[in-house]
Amino acid sequence: MSIQYIYPEFEVIRNENRCIACRVCERQCANEVHSYNEDKKVMISDESKCVNCQRCVSLCPTRALKIVKSDCTLRENANWQNDTIKEIYKQAGSGAVLLSSMGNPKSFPVYWDKILINASQVTNPPIDPLREPMETKVFLGKKPDVIQRDENGNIKCEMPPQIELSMPVMFSAMSYGSISYNAHASLARAATELGILYNTGEGGLHEDFYVYGPNTIVQVASGRFGVHEDYLSAGAAIEIKMGQGAKPGIGGHLPGAKIVGDVSKTRMIPEGSDAISPAPHHDIYSIEDLRQLVFSLKEATEYKKPVIVKVAAVHNIAAIASGIARSGADIIAIDGFRGGTGAAPTRIRDNVGIPIELALAAVDQRLRDEGIRNNVSLVVGGSIRSASDVIKAIALGADACYIATAALLALGCHLCRTCQSGKCNWGIATQRPDLVKRLNPDIGSERLVNLMNAWRHEIKELMGGMGINSIEALRGNRLMLRGVGLNEKELEILGISHAGE
Amino acid sequence: MMMKREGEVRIPSGCAIAAVISKEGKRMSGQKIYECMKPMHDRSNGLGGGFAGYGIYPEYKDLYAFHMFFDDRDTRKLCEAFLKERFEIVQSEIIPTRKIPEITNEPIIWRYFVAPLKSMTEKMQIDEKEFVARTVMKINTQMKGAYVFSSGKNMGTFKAVGFPEDVGVFYKLEEYEGYSWTAHGRYPTNTPGWWGGAHPFTLLDYSIVHNGEISSYDANRRFIEMFGYKCNLQTDTEVITYIMDYLIRVKKLTLKEAATVIAAPFWSTIEGKEDMEEKERLEYLRKLFPSLLVTGPFSIVLGFDGGLMALNDRLKLRSMVVGEKDDKVYIASEEAAIRTMEPDAEKIWAPAGGEPVIVKVKDGAY
Repeated sequence: MSIQYIYPEFEVIRNENRCIACRVCERQCANEVHSYNEDKKVMISDESKCVNCQRCVSLCPTRALKIVKSDCTLRENANWQNDTIKEIYKQAGSGAVLLSSMGNPKSFPVYWDKILINASQVTNPPIDPLREPMETKVFLGKKPDVIQRDENGNIKCEMPPQIELSMPVMFSAMSYGSISYNAHASLARAATELGILYNTGEGGLHEDFYVYGPNTIVQVASGRFGVHEDYLSAGAAIEIKMGQGAKPGIGGHLPGAKIVGDVSKTRMIPEGSDAISPAPHHDIYSIEDLRQLVFSLKEATEYKKPVIVKVAAVHNIAAIASGIARSGADIIAIDGFRGGTGAAPTRIRDNVGIPIELALAAVDQRLRDEGIRNNVSLVVGGSIRSASDVIKAIALGADACYIATAALLALGCHLCRTCQSGKCNWGIATQRPDLVKRLNPDIGSERLVNLMNAWRHEIKELMGGMGINSIEALRGNRLMLRGVGLNEKELEILGISHAGE
Repeated sequence: MMMKREGEVRIPSGCAIAAVISKEGKRMSGQKIYECMKPMHDRSNGLGGGFAGYGIYPEYKDLYAFHMFFDDRDTRKLCEAFLKERFEIVQSEIIPTRKIPEITNEPIIWRYFVAPLKSMTEKMQIDEKEFVARTVMKINTQMKGAYVFSSGKNMGTFKAVGFPEDVGVFYKLEEYEGYSWTAHGRYPTNTPGWWGGAHPFTLLDYSIVHNGEISSYDANRRFIEMFGYKCNLQTDTEVITYIMDYLIRVKKLTLKEAATVIAAPFWSTIEGKEDMEEKERLEYLRKLFPSLLVTGPFSIVLGFDGGLMALNDRLKLRSMVVGEKDDKVYIASEEAAIRTMEPDAEKIWAPAGGEPVIVKVKDGAY
């Protein structure tokens, strides 16, 4: 073994007493960890290939398998940790940028977990969602400043285009290409059934999914893949992607190997060519350029579609959002530094951007200070993990949340964080037909619907406890939140009091 | 930790409310309104009571009547100098009170009848009402120890720390005559009691008495503060008053439209409406002002020039009844209060949640 040898991260533990050598694990593992030794009539493993996606564990009929973290480690060192040293070995061998997938796994503070929610006691009553109506419907979009009346004094009920959501959650952008046809089908069908929206991501919209248009957000990113007139008109809204929480400041790269068949057709680029999204939009080098793209898209769709501008949460996010709110955009989507990705340079994913909780609080307050909060709706994403995260985000000031990792988990993702390999055993982040077919869109969409319905119930219970029977009355209602273990500065930025105050 | 002053901390409170109005514009002494609070004594805890009377200053009806509390004489002098830069002060006097053992620790209580200086409104390019509203905000936010608690024309509020029936005696309300009166007894849960924190809460000629604790408070506050209002007291009543001023005076909504904003019908109710115009209007207003929906229990009486509006939260989580007799309409948290004012009151009914009861004095009678 060489100097750069890295002992495998995981060990495959096979209980020989239980294993019946049915070879399911072998067939299920696209990484080719398992194989059958004909001579010895036993299953053997090459754990160096294992990514701990738990596919074999989940499908082993006799529960003979488990994957554990290897206890073969380098000597402990609080400064030079195992991962750090192994990354150096890798880079010394390859000379290349490290790649990672899904959200930042490092132990930065998760502010959601340091915020607690209020409930009614004595002075006002909690409301029982099983007995009283509990409203979760929201509308996203610009609210007009002036109320117009006709000659008889009746209000003219005209309003800029709005998105209607049955609950304040949407499926965030994941492109066709980065995820599979069946994953997209699941998201589109679930969004339609739920009365919410999913987002195409930057890879265009497969022709089969135009029927889900009223529940689709079509994205326009810097590569402009798959963008044409029908595409823009197909959705309920258009999103300009300026940045992504997992990799602020850089573009994207879908390798040519994944640009096959329908992916190539949908993206409108030749098969096998790399799909490279530049870091900036090359027609947007400044805020006034953004305004031009916003209005170009509005012109192209006759002002019938709200335009969302999605940005990564970076240091100066409040000022950036203020600029966007004055750019003609109807909705601002902010993606926090824990947001997922199909592939991003590790250093960027793990070190660039800021937490969504702080970004949201700062942006909502800034827009209010400037009196322009009504110009735009705010959507936040970047690790919204549960119904209580949604409640906390709304109370901090969001109109709605974007979820993606949670949605993929519902589809079977086990967060092994190797999407970049294209060998997703769960049929999600792959284009290999044999793997894609493992994800059944009937089951996938049902699981997504279940997840959202479960969250909706929890949202209603939490709202009822606070004595609030409409989600609108929770938006920006920061008195409903208290911090625990946060310092003065953090509380100040979040605009909340400490528990006990 | 020092106990925080009112305004530094949010104060929930339960309460009693009552109101009376003559549709004919007949003026009534203030005695009945404070006596009607006696049977509802237990709905207050002695930490605040107050009244608003409309039509009580006919001799000064074209002037804004500022009722003010001052901590000391110096503050009053300072504030008067400030007022003189902005208004013509036609009359300035102590508000007459009666020394009674139930009411103590009173601040300096003063009233001014003023007219805004034309030069000021022209310079700022705003109308008179906006000018007055901004001045009130400025004093209440920036001038420590000075507090404007009433600022409308031909109306005034009277409030104090104490039980409401005692507050009425203290202010000699039997000596005033108005075509409508509202009353409030306060049951705050965490305040030492401050005179400015009692109800009614007013801005210009809008006054609100309120019973409840709204759960939407901070959503409402953070929205309304975008438009120049400053919620200094952190009470529900204050934010509701500003919301009504914003919707009615600034956004020019009718009372009924404003009521459907703060106590919006459920989406399912709107869906079921058969009148398409009404449906469209309700949907529009809900989409337009989602942040002004008020949730949680409340019953309020909004007083304004020439009328009253009573409104319950949409689930009707607080009691409120209405009764009538001849030209008078009575509103109260409990029927007992109405019976005190008018033993023969008829048509006693409890308005449904979110259903506004609007009573106006006939034109020209006030």
